[in-house]
Amino acid sequence: MASTLFDKIWDAHVVRSIEGLDVVYIDRHLIHEVTSPQAFDEIAARNLPLFRPSQILATADHNVPTLHQDQPIRELLSRLQVEKLTENCQKYGIELYGLGHPRQGIVHVIGPELGLTQPGLTMVCGDSHTSTHGAFGAVAFGIGTSQVAQVMASQCLLLSRPKRMRISVEGELRPGVTAKDLILYVISQLGTGGATGHFVEYAGSTVRSLSMEGRMTICNMSIEMGARGGLIAPDATTFAYVEGRPFAPKGQAWNDAVAYWQTLYSDDDAMFETEYTYQAAAITPMITYGTNPGMGIPLTGHVPSEVPASEAESFDKSLKYMGFERGESLLGKQIDYVFIGSCTNSRIEDLRAVAAYVQGKQKAQHVEAIIVPGSKQVEQQAIAEGIDKIFAAAGFELREPGCSACLAMNEDKIPAGAYCVATSNRNFEGRQGPGSRTLLASPLVAAITAVQGRIVDITQYLN
Amino acid sequence: MEKFQTLHTTGRPLPLENIDTDQIIPARFLKATTREGFGTNLFCDWRYHADGAPKADFVLNDPRYQGQILVAGKNFGCGSSREHAAWALYDAGFRTVISSYFADIFRGNALNTGLLPLQVSDEVLARLLAAIEANPQLELVVDLPSQTLAVPAWSETFSFAIDGYKKECLINGYDDIDFLVNQKSAIEAFEKKRAWTW
Repeated sequence: MASTLFDKIWDAHVVRSIEGLDVVYIDRHLIHEVTSPQAFDEIAARNLPLFRPSQILATADHNVPTLHQDQPIRELLSRLQVEKLTENCQKYGIELYGLGHPRQGIVHVIGPELGLTQPGLTMVCGDSHTSTHGAFGAVAFGIGTSQVAQVMASQCLLLSRPKRMRISVEGELRPGVTAKDLILYVISQLGTGGATGHFVEYAGSTVRSLSMEGRMTICNMSIEMGARGGLIAPDATTFAYVEGRPFAPKGQAWNDAVAYWQTLYSDDDAMFETEYTYQAAAITPMITYGTNPGMGIPLTGHVPSEVPASEAESFDKSLKYMGFERGESLLGKQIDYVFIGSCTNSRIEDLRAVAAYVQGKQKAQHVEAIIVPGSKQVEQQAIAEGIDKIFAAAGFELREPGCSACLAMNEDKIPAGAYCVATSNRNFEGRQGPGSRTLLASPLVAAITAVQGRIVDITQYLN
Repeated sequence: MEKFQTLHTTGRPLPLENIDTDQIIPARFLKATTREGFGTNLFCDWRYHADGAPKADFVLNDPRYQGQILVAGKNFGCGSSREHAAWALYDAGFRTVISSYFADIFRGNALNTGLLPLQVSDEVLARLLAAIEANPQLELVVDLPSQTLAVPAWSETFSFAIDGYKKECLINGYDDIDFLVNQKSAIEAFEKKRAWTW
């Protein structure tokens, strides 16, 4: 029978089915300091062993500082949470890439760069952006802390099968338009709840032409339209990225793996409950104006003037928070901060795109421009390529890796009332600190904004 | 997990759409390593001024509303997977959230916390919100075994959907860990026969 990519992977992981629910086997479990302590407590309280500790990998990322990582964490609660993770990993025999480790970084950046993320696997983490790993053709999704404990205890979850959605994008992207613009465009079309209940497969010639970094950016933001996850069929681009990485299969195992991975695609006549198709030519550089990721417009567009009556109260509350008016253009708005980082856009390709633009230029004097690499490896690569010097000369500050001002659990906060163009994934009220105002955009838009000091039509400024 | 069967209480209205988990419990409060105490910071930035004084016009600070049901706008609980959002609602005394749409991860987290996500139609939600705002004493009766929400003042009862297994868990106070740990032999058998080993 014809099957979707999602169903092929899901079916291969069903241990058994009971009353419409599936016991789904989880190949890889990623944990971090914020959503795991209560799960470890749960396991300890029930006196349960960890079922497969070797299939769990831990890192410290959500609330680590991005300066002076060689010193003890100054903020007490952050330090205690990281210490708790370290203790738990030692107690249960879990591999931990903590602060100072050459493999430390944002959980969704290190999985792929270490080759842990592979096609056909099931992967979970107590973090909604686990969907990132779907870029490799894995079924990867975020879970709550109770589920973290369930996977620790059994390496399985009890789940109902989500519906399938396919989003196809066809054609060539216009100059200055990136994967981030593509996904911001799709979310602006579908809304924050538009894919709730679904697992999304991204397809079409535009998606196929993207690098792995671009694919990760797209899958990363699947949750922002409510999807349980997003995935892309693995292909030569995927295999080339995985090959040779530390956890990638080697020798005969590599050949066997690739042979299996090549079977992972949606059959021609596979059925999706919901399908959307978009044309790449319709997508322009994007920016968000409101307080959820669905509130995006072309950089040169206008904030909507009209919304359905049921949404009016939320919409106006959002605009009031952001200091914008219905119907206005964002062009010319002065920006105070630029944040380049997060599991959406902190990979080496993102840093290279920023460096390529800012080389020989200066950021606007009033803008604070912070770049937080996604991992120690990205940081080292940036230094090896001399990108760090380009940033320094242009007035951008390159920090040490972590989630940082994406969710502001560490010291990196945007002050109340200040505007920040961020490459991260969420513009919720207070996301970057109480009262902060976030405008989501691509690394290229962020770089140009930092140099110009205001929102501009970037197509006029491309190198 | 506490058992849930029947709830007689009133509702507290929060008629905003797309309430994300960053609003329910802001990230800066996620540094605790236990499950308790999150209720104090539930909706912190909507509920308190920067100096900590309560905002009089926010529903949780309005003495007219005391019930254990939060009645919220469509697409409740979108955003982060943090289960702390469900813990915060539960810790603050809520046992049910009524909306016309829940984000998937929040729905699952709520059920694992003993908090019932009760989905009604857009039309029923709009009627409930208007009625509760007009009469904060409006009695609501949630009956999980019969999967019904009754509004006695209207002489009306609405049925709601819930997965059969999750319903049993909630009624009996069971959770998935017990179930999954009992699947050990089936899981080990699965591991031996799976196609990939890398």
